[in-house]
Amino acid sequence: MPMTPEQRDALEDVTRFIYREARLQDEHRYDDWEALWTDDGVYWVPANGDDGDPEKVMSILYDNRSRIALRIRQFHTGKRFSQTPKSRLRRLVSNIEVLDDRGAELDVACNMMLFESQTRGEVVWAMRTEYKLRRIDGELRMSLKKVNLVNNAEALYSMAFLI
Amino acid sequence: MPTAAAAPGVQRRWDELVRPEHVHGSLYTDPAIFQAELEKIWFRTWVYVGHESEVPNANDFVMKSIGPEPIIMTRDRSGQVHLLHNRCSHRGNRVCMTERGNARSFTCPYHGWTFSNDGALKGWPFPSGYEGVDRSEYGLGKVARVASYRGFVFGSMAAEGPSLEEHLGAAMKSIDALCDTSPEGEVEITAGFLKHKVKANWKFLVENETDGYHPSFVHASIFEVAQSGIGELYSAESTAVSRDFGNGHTENDLRPEFRKRDVPMSWFGTTADRLPEYTARMNAAYGEEKARKIMIDGTPHIMIYPNLFIAEIQIFVIQPLAVNESVQHVTALQFKGAPDLNRRMRQQTMGSVGPAGFLLADDAEMYERTQMGVQMRNPEWLFLGRGKHRERRDEDGFLIGDNTDEVPTRGIWRHYRSLMEAE
Ligand code: FES
Ligand SMILES: [Fe+2]
Repeated sequence: MPMTPEQRDALEDVTRFIYREARLQDEHRYDDWEALWTDDGVYWVPANGDDGDPEKVMSILYDNRSRIALRIRQFHTGKRFSQTPKSRLRRLVSNIEVLDDRGAELDVACNMMLFESQTRGEVVWAMRTEYKLRRIDGELRMSLKKVNLVNNAEALYSMAFLI
Repeated sequence: MPTAAAAPGVQRRWDELVRPEHVHGSLYTDPAIFQAELEKIWFRTWVYVGHESEVPNANDFVMKSIGPEPIIMTRDRSGQVHLLHNRCSHRGNRVCMTERGNARSFTCPYHGWTFSNDGALKGWPFPSGYEGVDRSEYGLGKVARVASYRGFVFGSMAAEGPSLEEHLGAAMKSIDALCDTSPEGEVEITAGFLKHKVKANWKFLVENETDGYHPSFVHASIFEVAQSGIGELYSAESTAVSRDFGNGHTENDLRPEFRKRDVPMSWFGTTADRLPEYTARMNAAYGEEKARKIMIDGTPHIMIYPNLFIAEIQIFVIQPLAVNESVQHVTALQFKGAPDLNRRMRQQTMGSVGPAGFLLADDAEMYERTQMGVQMRNPEWLFLGRGKHRERRDEDGFLIGDNTDEVPTRGIWRHYRSLMEAE
């Protein structure tokens, strides 16, 4: 079934949002990235599979909005040694789908491959990323970003950049 | 000839590599030394494996390890805990590939041998082929000795040696103090582990856990932006002490600072009235006076050699994989009967440790860089002499120093040398 013009517009907006978010992360533009969040945003990277309840079991990352802000402030001190020097990062985004468009809010998912170069060496991170995006004053913002790393059940090297 | 001649040679060698205030860089990089450590430390002494609460019910099991070796921790139907090698006694296949579960037996997928969860071989397919073969000889390998202390399960692959109590020594009191912080006197390990891999030798991790010198620098970024109050505990002015308990066990004893503050739950960066449910249960369990004392002292910061680090609100289990590769398995401690505290424990643990943690990612960076450093030739030695001149004995006879002194590091190496020199 062909996409309706509305669906096409939504996909285009979402795609541009995700590409931009990826670029801000890759380039360590922390403040610009932080501005993409809603006030109730949740940044979540599960461990040991994708479906654990973050209120009951350990996640690699489970930041509410104030902890996202703390994370950004830590980067800005210049003493976040796991990112001094900063990892060189580039990610490829694909398979973008709008899974549910409820008007004010959309559920979106895509796949990403991220190449990291750091003093330790080179690491490739593969993930499926799920977003809840909200339309606020004609702009999209993230209220949830959940990063399901393909190898999240295994032992992982440090990942102190923005995933 | 080789055995008789090699023994004194080996002995001389550890003398040369481990001196009272210096250690040689090759201790972190030489694969032959790593192999020797597996034999003399990991496969001989008591190693922490898991917690009884990870297998609460009859027939529960969970995958664990001793050094690089995979181990299945099981509870049989009578309630006894076993540590089994995850290796089929026929041709060596893995008998268990599931992280955790409940099973009375494990069936090897290769030729169908079935083992009960206490390790005994229950059956082999097409049994007529085994005429005259004694089935009782072909159970799963078992860790020679299994013992637990207040729920913490340790294993030793050596049939003989000091008892777990002898090995733990004064560390038992710290485990008691930890458990007493729970209104029901028990901790639980139920939140699942984060597994953080580093390109570093396991001994850098052990040393770092009670190195009170580094936090002011390595963790300056988070101390600057979060008002945690942790930073002051590791300043040059801190009244906290570092301690060597012997047997390789070391701690940063933060109680002097918490007692000076005299505020219950200050160790957790909060106040008792913000945890009303927990405080009420502690008062009911211990009486107000004792509860207050427990809530002021807080939980220990102790490294139980060689692989269990109890860090106030979480445990770390250190696993060596290769001479330059290690994994830290980390989880939040959960106190039985304290749901309000437990939630905060998990939140703070998720913030601070694991691959993206505010604290641990930076620690990991340091071990990885030191690992690169010790590969270089000049200088060959590492210096552990900080605070040697002010090292002293406490009333129990343990060596202590200022919280930023290298008393723990020296204690770790003294013990290491004694283990490596042992026949
Ligand atoms: S290897 Fe397990 S049954 Fe043959
Ligand atoms: Fe640290």
